[in-house]
Amino acid sequence: MTSLILRTTTRYLTPLLLIFSVFLFLRGHNQPGGGFAGGLVAAAPFALFSIAFGAAEARRVLQVEPRWLIGVGLLAALASGVIGLLGGYPFLTGTWGYLKLPGFGVLDIGTPLFFDLGVYLAVIGVTLSIIFALEEAE
Amino acid sequence: MMLAISVLSGFGLAFAAPILSRRFGRAAGWILALLPAGLTLYFIGLLPSAAAARPAAFSAPWAPDLGLVFSFRADGLGLLFALLISGIGALVVTYTGGYLKGNPNLGKFYAWLLVFMAAMLGVALADNMILLFVFWELTSISSYILIGFEHERASARAAALQAFLVTGGGGLALLAGLLLLGSAGGTLELSALLGQGDVLRASPFYFPAVLLILLGAFTKSAQFPFHFWLPNAMEAPTPVSAYLHSATMVKAGIYLLARLGPVLNGTDVWVYAVGGVGAATMLVGGYLALSQTDLKRLLAYSTVSALGMLTLLIGLGSPHALEAAIVLLLAHGLYKGALFLVAGALDHETGTRDITQLGGLFSAMKLTAIAGGIAALSMAGLPPLFGFLSKELTYEAALEFGPWLAGAVVLAGLSFVFVAGVVGVGPFWGKQKQTPKSPHEAPLSMWLGPAILAGLSLLLGIFPNSISRFLISPAASGAIGESTSVKLALWHGVNPAFVLSVATILIGAGLFAARHPIRSGLSRFAWRWGPSFFYDRSLDALNALARGQTRLLQSGYLRFYLFAIILTVTGLAGFTLFTRGGLPVPVAVSEVRFYEAALALLILLAAFVATVSWSRLGAVAALGVAGYGVALIYLLFGAPDLAMTQFLIESLTVILFVLAFYHLPHFAQLSSRTARVRDGLIALLAGGLMTSLVLSAVDAQLHPSISGYFVENALPLAHGRNIVNVILVDFRGIDTMGEITVLGIAAIGVYALLKLHTDRKKDKKGGGE
Repeated sequence: MTSLILRTTTRYLTPLLLIFSVFLFLRGHNQPGGGFAGGLVAAAPFALFSIAFGAAEARRVLQVEPRWLIGVGLLAALASGVIGLLGGYPFLTGTWGYLKLPGFGVLDIGTPLFFDLGVYLAVIGVTLSIIFALEEAE
Repeated sequence: MMLAISVLSGFGLAFAAPILSRRFGRAAGWILALLPAGLTLYFIGLLPSAAAARPAAFSAPWAPDLGLVFSFRADGLGLLFALLISGIGALVVTYTGGYLKGNPNLGKFYAWLLVFMAAMLGVALADNMILLFVFWELTSISSYILIGFEHERASARAAALQAFLVTGGGGLALLAGLLLLGSAGGTLELSALLGQGDVLRASPFYFPAVLLILLGAFTKSAQFPFHFWLPNAMEAPTPVSAYLHSATMVKAGIYLLARLGPVLNGTDVWVYAVGGVGAATMLVGGYLALSQTDLKRLLAYSTVSALGMLTLLIGLGSPHALEAAIVLLLAHGLYKGALFLVAGALDHETGTRDITQLGGLFSAMKLTAIAGGIAALSMAGLPPLFGFLSKELTYEAALEFGPWLAGAVVLAGLSFVFVAGVVGVGPFWGKQKQTPKSPHEAPLSMWLGPAILAGLSLLLGIFPNSISRFLISPAASGAIGESTSVKLALWHGVNPAFVLSVATILIGAGLFAARHPIRSGLSRFAWRWGPSFFYDRSLDALNALARGQTRLLQSGYLRFYLFAIILTVTGLAGFTLFTRGGLPVPVAVSEVRFYEAALALLILLAAFVATVSWSRLGAVAALGVAGYGVALIYLLFGAPDLAMTQFLIESLTVILFVLAFYHLPHFAQLSSRTARVRDGLIALLAGGLMTSLVLSAVDAQLHPSISGYFVENALPLAHGRNIVNVILVDFRGIDTMGEITVLGIAAIGVYALLKLHTDRKKDKKGGGE
């Protein structure tokens, strides 16, 4: 599919969508959003890229193999669960710490954040694995 | 602690065995045998404390919630078995070094032999019944692998599978039986259960528990009608036959019967089931042995007969019978182990196990011949060998129960004498015959085992009292259930048992002299309808059933899978819904706003268009409209998270569809009108069910709602204000974990399918060019 309009919009949309996905991911704990939605939004620009420029180009932009993202995401989620385990609590028990940032006040950082990051990465990996594979299938 | 380590050490060494075997080559057998030899010494060291009724024990929590304890206990009965296992194990491991010299899989063989040894020690010494069962199954698994060791041969594979199915099936029954026994007695510890005989016998579980346990024991110990797997298991290399299928594993069932006898015996069920099956096995095995010409099958049938005799003695349950069983167990382990090893040496050095081709080998294989001869004399029950003592005790015990039983035992004894002659005398004496290989003496590693076992048969026969206090008495006490002191003596005076014994030897020798006419006479009665026949038929039936149901359920048509899933769910859920709850009628419908109604109408319309559309793009667009409509409903009812995700999913779905279109054939009318009506009905049914379910779910409040808890605790416990996300990543994190795992697997599945397809296409193209 070689459409100039699609190609141009894709170039402009990509950074915006990526920033939006990070925004969605980060605000998710307090407002609508989260790892799942964020991951889907993050996958969108690469999906657009693969339609506009082909899967090879999209892979080049992504730089990592989407299947790895699945694995890394699952491992991150698993690891965040193990942290609670190390403290003697059941698997996946949330463990929280505090980060004092000048100008931002106190920020709560906990294992659920890493869990959500795992979801985020896994969703990107799953979506793009399927889309790239479909795009590449002859 | 030491006890647990000694039981489990074999597993550890098994891992190292392949490396040691490669590193030390021919010496590996001797090195690996150090462990079983050391264990033998260790177990001998435990005998005095067992004899003093203070057995060594070990116990550690395993799964305390389930009442499981990782416990071992080395009492007299367990130690007798442990000594047979480790002692014969040491000899068999060294023997293997000579027998399988140069086999590329020797390391693997050692490993499984050691795994078996450890598992078998576990069976003999475990105190917890579940632990015993685990080890019991491990012996079945290692036996399966060892029988099928020469897995290139179809017959070896079939024999391995047969042994595994029979013993494994029995093992399942055993587990159920042990659990029933445990719940009847209130404990899974054998040592604690042993005091509860009266409670168990009065329990309603007694009868089913006994039947199930007997099923497990009978299959394992090759009792009629399950005996057929044992002769077929002779496909295994000879060290395995000697070790597993004669001296140890097949006696696991006997061990269990002896162990549980004190709490289970004495009832009619026990006497008739155990005694009856034992007697039948003893006679059937003894009879079938007569016509065999293969050395190992001959020994196998005779082992079946001996196992039957042991079962019979345990079934009788009198103190004398149990003492005789213990002595026979030891005697049989010694002489039959030796004879199997001799048979293996004959096979190894002459190239054949066919007794009609073997003769006059004494001058070529003197040491093997002497060991085999002594073992055979012990089997035949000649003084001053240990086998004579065992036979006297058996006859005495049988005579207590009347002439019929004594007669049956004497018949089996005749078969023993016959087999002993055929194996221990026939190949070595008489005219020398032409064998495939020119015979010569077996190497040290291969005659040492038989020689030691035969030597023990002789020594224990002459000095029986050396073991009566520390070995036989504690073991017999375990089988009887109360402390007993067994006096063993070679000479009991001229009593009825002695007369029977002399008669057995004389008539048996006569039968041996007439072995050729007997064999040719009996081989004419080939038994076609034996249990083996039924095993084959039921295996065929099982395979046919599997094929049939696979063809029915795995048709390969996606629509049939969907039918099956949807109809099953609607059928089962709908049945429950309508029988339990009745058709839900929406009672209180809140006010429907105009835009809500319009949205619902739009979704319905879009769904309808999607089904009747003649263009793909139209259908996808209509589906998208339905999806966005649903997302709008989420938004209207205050679920922004859900709505946002739904919007994203809908957009991605459109992208996926567009990509998939590329590969699809042109839109065409393929299904008939009836098929479409049928599909429509099924779809309506499924949709109707979902609607009813949702309606009744709104009405019915089965459990107090949990959402209040989430609302209250999201911030204090999980530091988040978005409840949906907090539930996803914290409260219900493990669900999400499962979901992303499923997603990942699905993606890999899609990837693999597409890649496979593409690669195949490429291959075809490459082939065409």
